[in-house]
Amino acid sequence: MANRGWDEFEIGAMLRSFDGVSNDIATTQQEDRNYSQSNSFVASVADWRIEKPIFAKDFCIDCQFCWIYCPDMSIIARDKKMIGVDMDHCKGCGICVEVCPTNPKSLLMFPEHADEEAELAKWPAKESKEK
Amino acid sequence: MAFDKMELRDIEVWDGNHAAAQALRQCQIDVVAAYPITPSTPIVEGYAKFLADGYVEGEFVLVESEHAAMSGCIGAAAAGGRVATATSSQGYALMVETLYQASGMRLPIVLNVVNRALAAPLNVNGDHSDMYLGRDSGWIQLNAYCPQDAYDLNFIAFRVAEDHGVRLPCMVHQDGFMTSHTAQGVKTMTDDVAYSFVGDFKPMNDMLDFEHPVTHGVQTEEDWHFEHKARQHNDLMTKVMPKVQAAFDDFEKLTGRKYNIVEKYDMDDADVAVVCMGTSVETAREVATEMRAKGIKAGVVGIRVIRPFPFFEIQEALKGAKAIATLDRSAPGGAPGMLFNEMAGCLFNLDKRPLLSGKIYGLGGRDLTKKHLVDLYTELQANVDAGKVLTPLQQFIGVRGPKLSFL
Repeated sequence: MANRGWDEFEIGAMLRSFDGVSNDIATTQQEDRNYSQSNSFVASVADWRIEKPIFAKDFCIDCQFCWIYCPDMSIIARDKKMIGVDMDHCKGCGICVEVCPTNPKSLLMFPEHADEEAELAKWPAKESKEK
Repeated sequence: MAFDKMELRDIEVWDGNHAAAQALRQCQIDVVAAYPITPSTPIVEGYAKFLADGYVEGEFVLVESEHAAMSGCIGAAAAGGRVATATSSQGYALMVETLYQASGMRLPIVLNVVNRALAAPLNVNGDHSDMYLGRDSGWIQLNAYCPQDAYDLNFIAFRVAEDHGVRLPCMVHQDGFMTSHTAQGVKTMTDDVAYSFVGDFKPMNDMLDFEHPVTHGVQTEEDWHFEHKARQHNDLMTKVMPKVQAAFDDFEKLTGRKYNIVEKYDMDDADVAVVCMGTSVETAREVATEMRAKGIKAGVVGIRVIRPFPFFEIQEALKGAKAIATLDRSAPGGAPGMLFNEMAGCLFNLDKRPLLSGKIYGLGGRDLTKKHLVDLYTELQANVDAGKVLTPLQQFIGVRGPKLSFL
């Protein structure tokens, strides 16, 4: 698509979301949708992220707060279970971390270059409530 | 559809505004988003009344500015409706940003522009300053000379703009007050005949087609912007004129009224010619005929389609003339005048080109009298006899004080 010439696209800078007819898109999972090449779902739009969320599954209670609050629909959840973060679309805003209610948090922000396994290995412990 | 038809006489006495409003009614516009401004107000007011009285099935959206009016039209057109509005002058100026959105998004909106001067100083009367402001906006621009034209060209506008091979917005220009508020006999079409000419709206890439979701109004940067602009210009330059001609031909078959991309009057053997637009075309034709009685072979070239610019049609129309004058009804802002420049561009590469001079006239509704045109044709004949332009290349016609000339 990047090298397409001036007469090789549809008029009006109009972009199609899907190839072909999409009848029941609301109940179709993203991985089963026929996204068109011009849909940002098939592209990485996260290359300006400087901090990334890391997900610690062991502490997650599947409350879905992060899924609801994520402004870029980058929290992947299936059957109301949190699976992970879509790193091609996450911009690193940190809202998921902010709204995570667990103790310790199940999502924390790290520099983009941080190693996921190393960070999970030294995940913070539960904070005790001060009396 | 649930609306009443209106019985019209074969010839109605309408001004240009009412003629345009009737055309919008007969085309059954789905959405008019409007912010009224003199002298175009009666067009959208007329549509609103037809809607309120049950003669149209549509939506009238009152907005807070002309910027919002065109934005509303863009949204409605992207959603998939037949959309129109009207404006003038300052309103048109405020609309300019959205004019480019409409054409770039390839939305077939029809905008009636009742031409009026631009402030400052504030002035509600007719000149072509606003029309010139939009000439690079990527719209098709049709020019009416009288109320009959204002009525007819609206049907042409919808037919051409909505064609899936075109899909570009279209303006219908008429002169403020001189056309918009001057009542003349207008030959009408019945509602059924009129509607049949434009036909049912055929949506394309509309947002209400839920089986084919689309995104309108996208961003492109240096990697894509140029290709989109190139495509739009290509379509303006190659696809519009054949469709306009076909629409003119079909319209003539339907009504007997003939329109041409360039309106030539007595140009076959003309030595001297005036190139102009709007109501001045009719005045110039009358004077040209009178000049012929005095032995001066005078002609008139009226521009009907301003954009896309009829480059080759104008070359053809002017190739035999010996001296021509362009009449620009817009303060040229430090330049020779749009028509002067366009004519120069058309004629420059011809083997034999006429002598060219440019006149600025009629700003803020100042009259262009027959005497002005008699003097002009006489001056052009003197240029022919001398074999050169005897006057400065740019002169003002009808302004008080010492004669004002440049270049």
